[in-house]
Amino acid sequence: MDFDFTEKEQAFRAEVKQFIADNLPPPEQRDENFEQQWHAKLGEKKWIGFSWPREHGGGGGTLIEQFILKEEMSKAMAPDLGSDFMGLTWVGPALIRHGTEEQKKEFMPDLLNCRSSWCTGYSEPDVGSDLGSLKLRAVRDGDDYVINGSKIWTTKAHVAKYIFLTVRTNPEAESRYRGISVLLTPMNTPGIEVRPIVNIVGLHHFNQVFFTDVRVPVSARLGAEGEGWKVVMGALANERSGISESTGMERHLEKLKDLARKSFKGGKPALEDAEVRRKIARFETQIAAMRLNGLRNLTKQIKGAQPSSETSVNKLLRGKLEIPMSDLAMGLLGNEATGMGEWQHDSFNFHGTVIGGGSPNIQRNIIAERVLGLPKD
Amino acid sequence: MDFGFSEDQEMLRDQVRKFLDDQCPLPQVRTIAAGPQGYSPDLWKQLSELGWLGLTLPEEYGGVGLDWVDLVIILEETGRTLFPSPLVSTTLAATAINAYGTAAQRQQWLPGLASGSHIGTLALLDEIDFLSPEAIRMTATSSGDSYRLSGQKRFVQDASAADVFIVAFRSGAADSDIGLAIVPAQQSGVSVEDTPGWDRTKRTGVLTLEDVEISPDALLGGTMLGAHAVETLVDRGALAVAAEAIGVCEGILSLTSQYALDRKQFGSPIGRYQGVKHPLAEMYVDIECMKSLVYYAAWTLQGEPDEAPAAIAKAKAYASESVCSAGVNGVQLHGAIGYTDEYDMQLFIKRSKWSRATYGDEDFHYDRVATFGGL
Repeated sequence: MDFDFTEKEQAFRAEVKQFIADNLPPPEQRDENFEQQWHAKLGEKKWIGFSWPREHGGGGGTLIEQFILKEEMSKAMAPDLGSDFMGLTWVGPALIRHGTEEQKKEFMPDLLNCRSSWCTGYSEPDVGSDLGSLKLRAVRDGDDYVINGSKIWTTKAHVAKYIFLTVRTNPEAESRYRGISVLLTPMNTPGIEVRPIVNIVGLHHFNQVFFTDVRVPVSARLGAEGEGWKVVMGALANERSGISESTGMERHLEKLKDLARKSFKGGKPALEDAEVRRKIARFETQIAAMRLNGLRNLTKQIKGAQPSSETSVNKLLRGKLEIPMSDLAMGLLGNEATGMGEWQHDSFNFHGTVIGGGSPNIQRNIIAERVLGLPKD
Repeated sequence: MDFGFSEDQEMLRDQVRKFLDDQCPLPQVRTIAAGPQGYSPDLWKQLSELGWLGLTLPEEYGGVGLDWVDLVIILEETGRTLFPSPLVSTTLAATAINAYGTAAQRQQWLPGLASGSHIGTLALLDEIDFLSPEAIRMTATSSGDSYRLSGQKRFVQDASAADVFIVAFRSGAADSDIGLAIVPAQQSGVSVEDTPGWDRTKRTGVLTLEDVEISPDALLGGTMLGAHAVETLVDRGALAVAAEAIGVCEGILSLTSQYALDRKQFGSPIGRYQGVKHPLAEMYVDIECMKSLVYYAAWTLQGEPDEAPAAIAKAKAYASESVCSAGVNGVQLHGAIGYTDEYDMQLFIKRSKWSRATYGDEDFHYDRVATFGGL
């Protein structure tokens, strides 16, 4: 056990810090072209897809170096590493693991250059937490699949170039988990219609997507026919660990401390209130645990394990942090809580990040069934 | 950066686990806990032969020369099996003497503590249950080049088993006037009384000193060490109890998960129902977090000493809260059987209450986390 970073890792951290100092303008000076220019610079450094193997166009960095890169970027309030969060967090790793050479050649370069953008088709109107019962039907017709049905809660479907689409290729399979396949589908394929759904804070992020006789070549299938569940489980583990990194929580915590420092409770400074202090200390402790859990998982991955059920632990912690943190902030705001502002917005918006990737109760089921060996519902 | 155990450490864990499962399963724990001594002298001798007692002490004093990350491995397992012994107390007393003692004091005491011929413990707390330097009230009077001590120390772990005490006292009002005395149990004016408690696998007592002489040789380090030494020892105690608490939670999770598989109601194992499986999943999450926080805290002692107090405060705060809820949920998920004397769950909930309080509960440590975090 050794938490010291090696000289090479420390040198890399210094390089990242220097790059940020030289290239990242403060938030108020970032114009509309900023993100594109920033991502071009990151691409030159090979810092997008940094931990992917060089043979697939990645940077060949270690997982620890990738961790350092993300940590420093988050501290500096830099945008995400790359504009295509879904593509980079789970589509890319799934392509590296399951893709054919042709698929890698077709999709990887654009992914790494931020020229593509992906959305993900999992949920359906009647299929949410019970993803294994998905119905969107793909019928084989010669060298094509013909797709009919609908996906819902599809974030970014209205702007994405491709969809990482789960379909049912065999409704008669012996297990419902065996008849699922993944199709890498361009969103401009005829027969796809996107209808916006406005979210709780009035924004258009997700959609319902309709598929009517959509034809996709068999070569678009990722992995073997009927073996899509394995692909999806790996992608979901990457999604859960990707959206459950402690760096974002650390930023919320600093904001919460700043708010507490200037707030009052019962006419006295809020920081004189033992309950406020302990609640914040508890968040800080949970965030520390989340960061260390992440490092323990990285250690396992470095030794060869694929991310799996352990990613549900940090996903659950995120749920225990974001909503309660915004609750405490809203309490500190008093009547201001009825107005508009960052915490007011977050107190609604955090529900999306907590539910996305599988609600907390689903994470509890995963741990109880796959780790503790309890019977399925 | 490597957040994993080495092969040697995994072997140590296997060895400890096998020893405890073979030599001290829960029926044996009950027998020992029902006895007057609260530990088994025979097993104690075997611990010394296995090297656990002097694990973190230097080899020149008969120790093994390993660090607290290794010790944590042993403590997780002693927690999981509720192993009753003065291992933690003796380790803490030895840690105090090794860290602060003069060469002569180390030579005098450490070989015996490493071999198990001495059983040591810390006696820090006064009448009030408040773990801070200002709560040390026992005040020495000067007598020539010696001090004389009178008063009581409460919540002394393994007080009846111990033959040497590390006693915190003060000679004046300042934090720098705090010192630690090495007080043998047989010294004139020293007496001990066992305090009744629910967890008989962890014995606590009151140490009474009546005009006990503290010669210059008995003053730890030969000087008044100041409040910092006491804080450091409280931290070590908190870390040790947090490490054992991981095991306690693992014991509860294992017992309760098995029960949830075996017990059938409404035609199905109760572990199928989310009202049962979700609290068990939460227990697993807590255990994973406790491990991360405790392993890191143990590493800071050697790797990043300035970080240790904050890391330990987080570890013990989280452990106190988690072990408490694991005890409660463990009994509740069992139902009536968990409320009986005969079934083992009762042993675990009793330990959970002890673990939560000892060396600071979650409120105490969250207050420290807040201060360390700049609030």
